Amino acid sequence: MSALPPYASPVQRIWFYSFRVICGLIFFFLIFPILVILPLSFNAQDFFTFTKEMLALDPAGYSFKHYHDFFTNPDWQQALTNSVMIAPIATLLATSFGTLAAVGLSQSHVPYKPAIMAVLISPMIVPLIISAAGMYFFYSRIGLQGTYWGVVLAHAALGTPFVIITVTATLVGFDRSLVRASASLGANPVTTFFKVQMPLIVPGVVSGALFAFITSFDEVVVVLFLGSAGQKTLPWQMFTGLREQISPTILAVASLMVAISIVLLTVLEMLRRRSERLRGLSPG
Amino acid sequence: MSDTTAGEVLTTKDGQPLKVALAKALRREKLRSLALIAPLLIFVLLTFVAPIVDMLFRSVENSIVEETLPRTVVALREWDADSGQVPDEAVYAALYADLAVAVEEKTHTRLGSRLNYEEGGMSSLFRKTGRRIKRMDEAGPFKEQFLEADRKWGELATWNVLRQFSPRFTDGYFLSAFDAQRTADGIEMKPDNERIYMLLFGRTLFLSIVITVSCLVLGYPIAFLLASLPLRSSNLLMILVLLPFWTSLLVRTSAWKVLLQQQGVINDFLVWIGLISDANRLVMINNQTGTIIAMTHILLPFMILPLYSVMKTISPTYVRAAKSLGANDWTAFWRVYFPQSVPGIGAGAVLVFILSIGYYITPELVGGTSGIFISNRIAYHISSSLNWGLAAALGTLLLVAVMVLFTVYDKIVGIDNVKLG
Repeated sequence: MSALPPYASPVQRIWFYSFRVICGLIFFFLIFPILVILPLSFNAQDFFTFTKEMLALDPAGYSFKHYHDFFTNPDWQQALTNSVMIAPIATLLATSFGTLAAVGLSQSHVPYKPAIMAVLISPMIVPLIISAAGMYFFYSRIGLQGTYWGVVLAHAALGTPFVIITVTATLVGFDRSLVRASASLGANPVTTFFKVQMPLIVPGVVSGALFAFITSFDEVVVVLFLGSAGQKTLPWQMFTGLREQISPTILAVASLMVAISIVLLTVLEMLRRRSERLRGLSPG
Repeated sequence: MSDTTAGEVLTTKDGQPLKVALAKALRREKLRSLALIAPLLIFVLLTFVAPIVDMLFRSVENSIVEETLPRTVVALREWDADSGQVPDEAVYAALYADLAVAVEEKTHTRLGSRLNYEEGGMSSLFRKTGRRIKRMDEAGPFKEQFLEADRKWGELATWNVLRQFSPRFTDGYFLSAFDAQRTADGIEMKPDNERIYMLLFGRTLFLSIVITVSCLVLGYPIAFLLASLPLRSSNLLMILVLLPFWTSLLVRTSAWKVLLQQQGVINDFLVWIGLISDANRLVMINNQTGTIIAMTHILLPFMILPLYSVMKTISPTYVRAAKSLGANDWTAFWRVYFPQSVPGIGAGAVLVFILSIGYYITPELVGGTSGIFISNRIAYHISSSLNWGLAAALGTLLLVAVMVLFTVYDKIVGIDNVKLG
């Protein structure tokens, strides 16, 4: 499939090119909606479509006014602050608990492993609306509903399965004799963990942390139910914006978030390559 | 090995039997791994599993009648509902005593709105009686006074509802979730025009299947292309799959809102090339079309990634062997390549299906009224109608469906083989 052999028949030739065109169209479907909001976010008008000036590439058709609105509007700024306050703490909780548990799970004799694994992975499987409903009922009972810590704990719980999965995946390639070597040289388990094990599994921990971060940073269903006006995050503000008073500032925010995704994706890809190189799986 | 004769037990240096020492070491190792897992396990149990269990409990819990009207509930046990007579004076006296306390604590309106889910008019009945209770004569007779306050207290239906919902647990929410109700003749379906939940479950199922099939149709060629290209170019194209995967859900939903609107980019383009006239702009949003398009786009990476990881492992030599044995391109693909990619199809399809039946945000924003899912109804009952019991029952049904599907997923892929990115 990678290249057309010289003896290909005309039918094969036509199929080869039409298959590529079909794939091109599907890639277009995947990427176009994300790319189209970038130019639209510079619209000088309050429209959600290309104006005549924009199509004529007239500089007057473009402006930074939606970005300006985002950085000056107190509602959006409050939402940004809240997101920045919630996501890192939730990530920290999820990553520290998750890494410890993944190290524990990777030992050779873990009793009740399937049952434990099912419980730990469950936040990822249960549909968000059900998690949100359950947490809303339960957190109202114990007085956490509508509080900062309620949202942080919920987001941390939702992020842990990603940490478990990524860290366990890096631990699969981890050579257990290194731990024994370190112990035989007199290191205690804590030193062994931080000096020997940790540096080797760090790519998994970081990518797990990134997953946990993006889970919290993007999460809207749970915060919609659990949060009060004081915990209004960026996705929540976007959600209300889209549902009620649709304002083009959303496109500016969306473009900034695409930029964040690109940064995250790049970091993850670099981590993956590093981890492959360390394990000698480099594609060359 | 002359010194290990039968009957002699191997010991460690300090004289302990070897088996015991090994068992001890194993136990210590188990304890250590459990100690490492314990913090997270407790954390997840408290912050996540307990809420889910609470929700399951709420879907059958019904202590409000017994808590608000404890004496009436006891007195009503004596009453024969089939007699065709309203209860006697003793029950009305108990009701007076209960309501006097309830009005003091202002809990009677809550009970009224709870019972209103089962029978219309109960909320206003309790409000009205609550206002009159202070003016009633404490000496009785209570029956006449209650009938004077509201004629509904003299109706069998009112007392039947009270009696039916006096037990601590109820199947009423689940009956409502199945569009059924309990009448004098037992359980029967509600009239056709009141059946909404079965319709919604059916629609959720139908739309999820459509979305899964669309994802498969669009995802299979992409995964095939990515798996067959050299690593360098497939890594480059992979970015086009991973970027949408990593982009915020709300960003993608707002993009589709922008594209699909009547005054949006796609309609403008179609009008500009003259395919449709300005007056006949397509309605692609706030209906099922909107939900299907946007959700197919959002879930497509979840189909491509598992398919790709399975196709990566299919050796190209099999197809080459088939062709050298005389198979044409189609036969080689259909009889040799495709069967090997079936596990990937299973994994991707179940994953997309699980994700889509629980979706809330996208249908809420682009689905209008005809494109919403059962989750939107759950959210409505939590935040607008405040019928939490029904929300919990609907949630429980959805959860059971997802758990069944997940067991299937576990059988196909295995929970340990979930890969990310």
